[in-house]
Amino acid sequence: MRYMMLIKPDPDRFPEGGPSEELMTEMGKLLSEMTKAGVMLDTAGLAPADEGNVVRLSGGKLTVLDGPFTEAKEFIGGYALLQTKSQEEAVEWASRFLRIHGDEWEIEVEVRALQEAPDTQ
Amino acid sequence: MAQALPDCCDGCVRVADEADEGAGRARRAVEAVWRIESPRLIAGLTRLVGDLGLAEDLAQDALVAALEQWTHDGVPANPGAWLMTVGKRRAVDHIRRDQTYARKLEQLGRDLEVGASGIAPPSSDDVVDAPDIEDDLLRLVFTACHPVLSAQARAALTLRLLGGLTTSEIARAYLVPEATIAQRIVRAKRTLADRHVPFEVPASDELPERLGSVLEVVYLIFNEGYSATAGDDWMRPALCEDAVRLARVLSGLMPGESEVHGLAALLEIQSSRLLARTSTDRGVVLLSEQDRGRWNQLFIRRGFAALARGENLANANGRPPGPYLLQAAIAACHARAMAPEETDWPTIASLYKALVVQLPSPVVALNRAVAVAMADGPEAGLAIVDELAKDDALPQYHLLPAVRGDLLARVGRYREAAAEFARAAEMSRNGAERELLSERAERAAEVAETS
Repeated sequence: MRYMMLIKPDPDRFPEGGPSEELMTEMGKLLSEMTKAGVMLDTAGLAPADEGNVVRLSGGKLTVLDGPFTEAKEFIGGYALLQTKSQEEAVEWASRFLRIHGDEWEIEVEVRALQEAPDTQ
Repeated sequence: MAQALPDCCDGCVRVADEADEGAGRARRAVEAVWRIESPRLIAGLTRLVGDLGLAEDLAQDALVAALEQWTHDGVPANPGAWLMTVGKRRAVDHIRRDQTYARKLEQLGRDLEVGASGIAPPSSDDVVDAPDIEDDLLRLVFTACHPVLSAQARAALTLRLLGGLTTSEIARAYLVPEATIAQRIVRAKRTLADRHVPFEVPASDELPERLGSVLEVVYLIFNEGYSATAGDDWMRPALCEDAVRLARVLSGLMPGESEVHGLAALLEIQSSRLLARTSTDRGVVLLSEQDRGRWNQLFIRRGFAALARGENLANANGRPPGPYLLQAAIAACHARAMAPEETDWPTIASLYKALVVQLPSPVVALNRAVAVAMADGPEAGLAIVDELAKDDALPQYHLLPAVRGDLLARVGRYREAAAEFARAAEMSRNGAERELLSERAERAAEVAETS
């Protein structure tokens, strides 16, 4: 089964300068582990939200917004698409991802199964 | 989370109380860790004690300890290390007991066979940090897939030891009773012990053949899920997922082997079609009729990447592409075609021509006939198939009459086609496929009547 991991650091507590060199090294190691375990399908960090666009449909009207965005909204720093046997396994990998972050980080990972039709089980 | 009582009537449910829920969640978390860590754990312990069966018992002990402690304290920061430490401790205890026993026997002047494989386990003094655990994993791969075991046994053992599946999961995947799988695994381990199969990576002169055994196991597991031969389910996707994951693991363990990447490429690309291959109302959808918009492009891309890795390695070593690489290249040809009409059949036909040299099996020859028919016309394909039919090379293989029927229909020999389809339907052991073939027999007969 496939699971999406949405990596959501708290934007207000994001460390200055982003992930440290040590953290980047650890993330590289974990990525290698997950690849060797055969569970990593795809992963990427996302460019800063302020550099993105928001395209919105509201009241029948379509608007395209440029950053920076002052509205409080969920901040997604990156994603990983996993293929694991169970949601618990995806959660375990997400836990390992968070464990390599230092105490200065406020960050969460959302783990959600992909909806695949027809029923694959 | 509500849980129904097993022998419930009137649809009453009992809401699990918080403690149960917590325990259930904790157990599943531990099982998830087990799935990730058990291959390394068993591999490391096997090298330590020189006996796969004993290593698995020690690993199970560690699992029991984990279930007890982690349910209270949560999963530790480094669960793999935790399990290995507990496992090693038990191993050391075991070695000590063995050595005490050994000393006693020595005093009685008897020879001692240490460990079922004839490899003396290290003394309790030198249980140091394991050398590269990946070497041990590789040893485990070659042991679980040893040719002394039947294909069935290899598959069950591989899924268990390398896939981290429980006996129950394996049984469900193969639609057999749990006891059957349990027995299969017990017997497999006994065979390995009785035949003193060493826990090692084969020497380089043996490697190609032994590697072939390994790849064959993974491919068979995938195929079991992809085109179920028994029952009415066309596919069992979970088994395909297990296999493709194993193939990826092998790619990581043996990055320099082109055929390993070939297998991974083949399975990734075939996986891309899992959703398109089945439909709720029609059961099975053939390649030429699949909605290609439902092919998973991520898997296709991964397949192409693995194929490129494999091809680069083969070229670098100055060797022709092996069978898995060739099959992957064929799958890639199909994957590149946005519509069936765009399929590069001439390339596929020439790939099959190379493949039949590497894998001179009638099945491959049949597939080649199909490709040749598409590239050069049905008569050309029919010529190849007729040879196969004449040799009676595939007496029980329903796809031979199926293909022959198809080619006969294409050249307008409908009555013969109908007969072949009917034969194929009879021989098929898959419900959905049987239906499909019967349909084709009927249609061909109808056309034969009216023309």
